[in-house]
Amino acid sequence: MRLTLKVWRQKNSQDKGRFEVYHLNDLDEHASFLEMFDVLNEQLIREGKDPVAFDHDCREGICGMCSMVINGRPHGPLTHNTTCQLHLRHFRDGETITVEPWRASAFPVIKDLVVDRSAFDRIIAAGGFISVNTGQAVEANSILVPKENADQAMNAAVCIGCGACVAACKNASAMLFVAAKVSHLSLLPQGEPERYRRVKNMVAQMDKEGFGACTNTNACEAACPKGISVTHIARLNREYLKATFLQEE
Amino acid sequence: MKLDAKIPAGDLETKWTRYRSTVPLVSPANKRKLDVIVVGSGLAGASAAASLAELGYRVKVFCFQDSPRRAHSIAAQGGINAAKNYRNDGDSVYRLFYDTIKGGDYRSREANVYRLAEVSTNIIDQCVAQGVPFAREYGGLLANRSFGGTQVERTFYARGQTGQQLLLGAYQALQRQVGLGQAHVLARHEMLELVVRDGRAVGIIARDLVTGRLERHSAHAVVLATGGYGNVFYLSTNAMGCNVTAIWKAYKKGAAFGNPCFTQIHPTCLPQHGSYQSKLTLMSESLRNDGRVWVPKAKGDKRKPADIPESERDYFLERKYPAFGNLVPRDIASRAAKEVCDEGRGVGQTGLAVYLDFSDAIRRLGRSVIEARYGNLFEMYEKITGDNPYETPMMIYPAVHYTMGGLWVDYQLSTTIQGLYAIGECNFSDHGANRLGASALMQGLADGYFILPYTIGEYLSGLIRSGVVPTTYGEFDEAEREVAARIERLLSIKGGHSVDHFHRELGKVMWDHCGMARSRESLEHAGRQVAALREAFWHDVRVPGTAHELNPELEKAGRVADFLELASLIVQDALHREESCGGHFRTEYQTEDGEALRRDDAFMYVAAYTYAGPDAPAVLHKEPLQYEVVKPAQRSYK
Repeated sequence: MRLTLKVWRQKNSQDKGRFEVYHLNDLDEHASFLEMFDVLNEQLIREGKDPVAFDHDCREGICGMCSMVINGRPHGPLTHNTTCQLHLRHFRDGETITVEPWRASAFPVIKDLVVDRSAFDRIIAAGGFISVNTGQAVEANSILVPKENADQAMNAAVCIGCGACVAACKNASAMLFVAAKVSHLSLLPQGEPERYRRVKNMVAQMDKEGFGACTNTNACEAACPKGISVTHIARLNREYLKATFLQEE
Repeated sequence: MKLDAKIPAGDLETKWTRYRSTVPLVSPANKRKLDVIVVGSGLAGASAAASLAELGYRVKVFCFQDSPRRAHSIAAQGGINAAKNYRNDGDSVYRLFYDTIKGGDYRSREANVYRLAEVSTNIIDQCVAQGVPFAREYGGLLANRSFGGTQVERTFYARGQTGQQLLLGAYQALQRQVGLGQAHVLARHEMLELVVRDGRAVGIIARDLVTGRLERHSAHAVVLATGGYGNVFYLSTNAMGCNVTAIWKAYKKGAAFGNPCFTQIHPTCLPQHGSYQSKLTLMSESLRNDGRVWVPKAKGDKRKPADIPESERDYFLERKYPAFGNLVPRDIASRAAKEVCDEGRGVGQTGLAVYLDFSDAIRRLGRSVIEARYGNLFEMYEKITGDNPYETPMMIYPAVHYTMGGLWVDYQLSTTIQGLYAIGECNFSDHGANRLGASALMQGLADGYFILPYTIGEYLSGLIRSGVVPTTYGEFDEAEREVAARIERLLSIKGGHSVDHFHRELGKVMWDHCGMARSRESLEHAGRQVAALREAFWHDVRVPGTAHELNPELEKAGRVADFLELASLIVQDALHREESCGGHFRTEYQTEDGEALRRDDAFMYVAAYTYAGPDAPAVLHKEPLQYEVVKPAQRSYK
């Protein structure tokens, strides 16, 4: 099949950036979206041009590294999907596809489609953990977790930290990312003692990084490759409110 | 060089306890003065870095990805083994030890494997305490399932995302230390050289992948946790960035490389399609718990699977290995699939696939049970292939997945360079010639949480008076110069072919001639091809861009250059090992019914190689394997 790509090119964080148009012929509809970029880059290298920089690693939808806004949607047209798991058979022959990086001031562009998501790491460092040193653990089965809670915790824990939620949000809010971790850990008995400290510290760091506020448009849930529900944001808000009233400073 | 594994004396069961109780300690006040570099942030690297930082060492972690949470441990699906015996089905530390030794086809060290089995139970405790949401029963207790190569249910899992959840546990523990100022993560950094002074590792040269700047980092000890080198085959289940570079630099600086030819071909991967294909996707081995593997009995049968009646199907694993059936170890399942495809009974467009059929399980247990167990895997399969595995059998074929070989380490996980440690997949230990399913996660975390933090103290306790290691040593100057010169050379060739072109060619040679079945003839051919390809690479590769920017092509070029050297070592080792064992199958050495023929009299040793210069073959050293507890026998899963 044939496709035309309008790809965001930006040399570095200082460069203003612009779209460039590329034509690709003889694509296999079973190729993945990133394999199409491999083909494009081979073509650019042959022509002596600069290949397109993009983030990717596992190419099986779990590492969270790939990050392209495709025709205005993070990770493209399918639901519950990552860019690396998107295949060309979901596009029409001859179609023009626009590809951009995640756009958020907390995720500055490094080059082309590559952005800096280290803000997420700093949010986790602020409180997204259970404080237990190696060796301090008790016997695993001495902690009982009702199956429903374990399942719900898992539903939140599946977050791959890709940032699609931020890219999809008109406010570039990181609420779904933060909510997923807060929810995961506050649903488990192990996370109980530091639950209030955790939510306050994570939210404070989130604000500090410059992510926007949540206005409940639910765009994050729609874009999330793991289908993490906005109900976790409700839990985050509840946790935050409780922490504000209940935690003694 | 004499290889001393430093295995403590005494009974197998008490070696580790005794070692731990007598190893020299470093006081908390002194730990604060000691720097440790950890390269790689997967299960082994992140768990080691977190644990060392918790102990009070000053830790720097390097990873080439944009965050330590992306390391490829994240892709492990099925689960993690531990000898908890929660199912009361007769499991024990000894049995896990025995299964691992047997599964590894008697090519691993008893003392290491016993220790691994011993600490396996602590790992589950630790991960649960961190909040890893393992699957649970309705009573709130942990659930288990079975896995290939075993007859007990000892595998703990978190849906099909066990690796992800375990890695996030370790990553969160590491980030906690980052928040406390005890650890520093340098993401988007790649180690490009090891710095050795007077026989000791004193630091690394790393490239900041965003700015392209070369940086010097010094430390009292360097820990490599950089994963496997399966990408030498180009197509593998590894992530695109997985590479051999860090351990290859260590090898060229004097560290011995153990059993390079032991590579694991995983039986349940999605079959290959077009020439643009960039990687192969693994479907968890746990699928073999409920899926039945079959091909048509007749050659070239092109009917749809549903149209082939039961009597005309060959459930070849159940037929050949009735005791273990679909749950035979990976090497055996892979070879059996290759065999039926070579006979012309493979399915799919290329004939290089077999069916993995869930219809019986769906009939027996109902669709909802299967969905709960494998829902995300089925979804993933459908996403990639467009087929619905609830309705039509999956098609699978073996693919390169894991490398048992790696840097040679002693009982303390120390390489042959003092102060240089290797943990997780990048060392050669524990899995012998074949790794059992759900054991990689176990080994990575055992090394990182529970072994290295003790053993590294033995070395560091001797350095408490040394002060900060300066980066002004001449060895740093020299290492940085070498790295810069190599980058310059790669950029200056400006040849006619891309890096990927050479990588693909290399992969094809390795898969066709040094893959699932190897012979003297095929290996000699591979050796010549690899040498020619290496030559061509250095004359004809085209690396665009400059050294002073984010340049993914330059990163790849460096890695492929190292793969091209590693490939020769793999071939050399495969040629020398004139036997079949585990993942290494030499067609000249097989039993009458086509099973691997091990030659314990001649090859019961670890083959460890040291570098002897760019044009000389590596020097072979042997570490004999002594079995004091287990009696090696021909593996039987019949």
